[in-house]
Amino acid sequence: MVEPLRWQIGTVIAIRRQTDRVSSFVITLPDWRPHRPGQHYDVRLTAQDGYQAQRSYSIASATDRAGEVELGIERIPDGEVSPYFHDVLVEGDQVEVRGPIGGYFVWEPGMGGPLLLVGGGSGVVPLMSMLRARHAAGDGTPAVLLYSSRTIGDVIYREELERLAATPAGPSVLHTLTREQPPGWDGYARRVDADMLREAAARIGGLDAGPLAYLCGPTLLVESAAAALTDLGMLPARLRTERFGPSS
Amino acid sequence: MADRFVSRGFVGRRDRAASGDTGRVPPGQYLTRDFPVLSAGPTPRVDLATWQFTIEGLVRESVSWSWDEIRALGPRDFTVDISCVTKWTKLDTRWTGVSVDTLLEAVELDPAARFVVAHSYGGYTTNLPLADVLNGQAFVAWAYDGEPLAPAHGGPARLVVPHLYLWKSAKWVRGLRLLSDDDPGFWESLGYHNHGDPWREERYSGD
Repeated sequence: MVEPLRWQIGTVIAIRRQTDRVSSFVITLPDWRPHRPGQHYDVRLTAQDGYQAQRSYSIASATDRAGEVELGIERIPDGEVSPYFHDVLVEGDQVEVRGPIGGYFVWEPGMGGPLLLVGGGSGVVPLMSMLRARHAAGDGTPAVLLYSSRTIGDVIYREELERLAATPAGPSVLHTLTREQPPGWDGYARRVDADMLREAAARIGGLDAGPLAYLCGPTLLVESAAAALTDLGMLPARLRTERFGPSS
Repeated sequence: MADRFVSRGFVGRRDRAASGDTGRVPPGQYLTRDFPVLSAGPTPRVDLATWQFTIEGLVRESVSWSWDEIRALGPRDFTVDISCVTKWTKLDTRWTGVSVDTLLEAVELDPAARFVVAHSYGGYTTNLPLADVLNGQAFVAWAYDGEPLAPAHGGPARLVVPHLYLWKSAKWVRGLRLLSDDDPGFWESLGYHNHGDPWREERYSGD
């Protein structure tokens, strides 16, 4: 029999604002289990009268900090759970969670590559967990992140990604800003397309090197990028996707 | 105790109560008007000219239908509520398709058949007890809301088993295999519940 994933009460020990809409919530857990990068936790909120709401949020952290987990949560304006995290929760508060969950959209050192990561918006969160884990393990798998955001202000983990990219054997990080670009912007300025994917793959030996691709973001981005990569000859079995619907 | 835990300052949106459909939204689910897309890999491209739906395994003789043949089996409209394990529930979704009962009438089942595994174009699989796809509980659908089913939602055709979480409603379905013993499918082998009843919150293994 499989051991059930029990609900447990964690404590929020740090809230780090990443952008106007996205914050990181670091939660300590009494019954922590090491996760695999790409997995998520379920969160359950309970009102005074017993009303409950649940959502799933991706893990942003590597697995190197025993006992704690960092969730990346985007505030959805008409949402139910994410506004609670952003507007009500403060450090020291308790929150009920269970996890880690998910066994397909995962990459961990040792799984090989080369690694082609494509993220849109807060879809970068599970990919960040993979890059952090890769770095923490000193894993040398060639890796590239192609990251689509609306504006420069919407780029999550921007400085940390720059730092990671600057380390020896660090990942290549390519940004595209689809709505508005700052003066002097030298990154991409359009939606992810086949040319962009080919150029990203070129950083890790090209598509002929048989990369392992992880795509996470809004449905439109993931559908079109997955279709483009398939057209470019990638085997569907090497292509893992996580489409969200915003978790409101 | 976890049951007594209250989230400080949480009130909630309470769309279940607001909708007047409290009895139709399973525990832990919220109502959505959208139709989110969730799949583990790229959307497969399926050619209608070679599309087939096959019932095989523990049957006297396997049977296949072409695209034209299956749609000639007396299509019906189904209006059902659907729930995804990612927590959303959508009420009154309208589908057109054929009941699995109708499909099974075309084969002679081996009495040993107790389980089915749905197979999809693209390689996806999901397992169900035979009893969960009988008596009007499951159908193969090719239209949603009066329109051909979009590829991202499982077109040309998908299984729809509305009383179980939506991962059991295999997209891009190409057949059912009858088995005497259970054989966990894709998500069932990756930590998700073997049965997946939303009213019992059978989300993950061990729930």
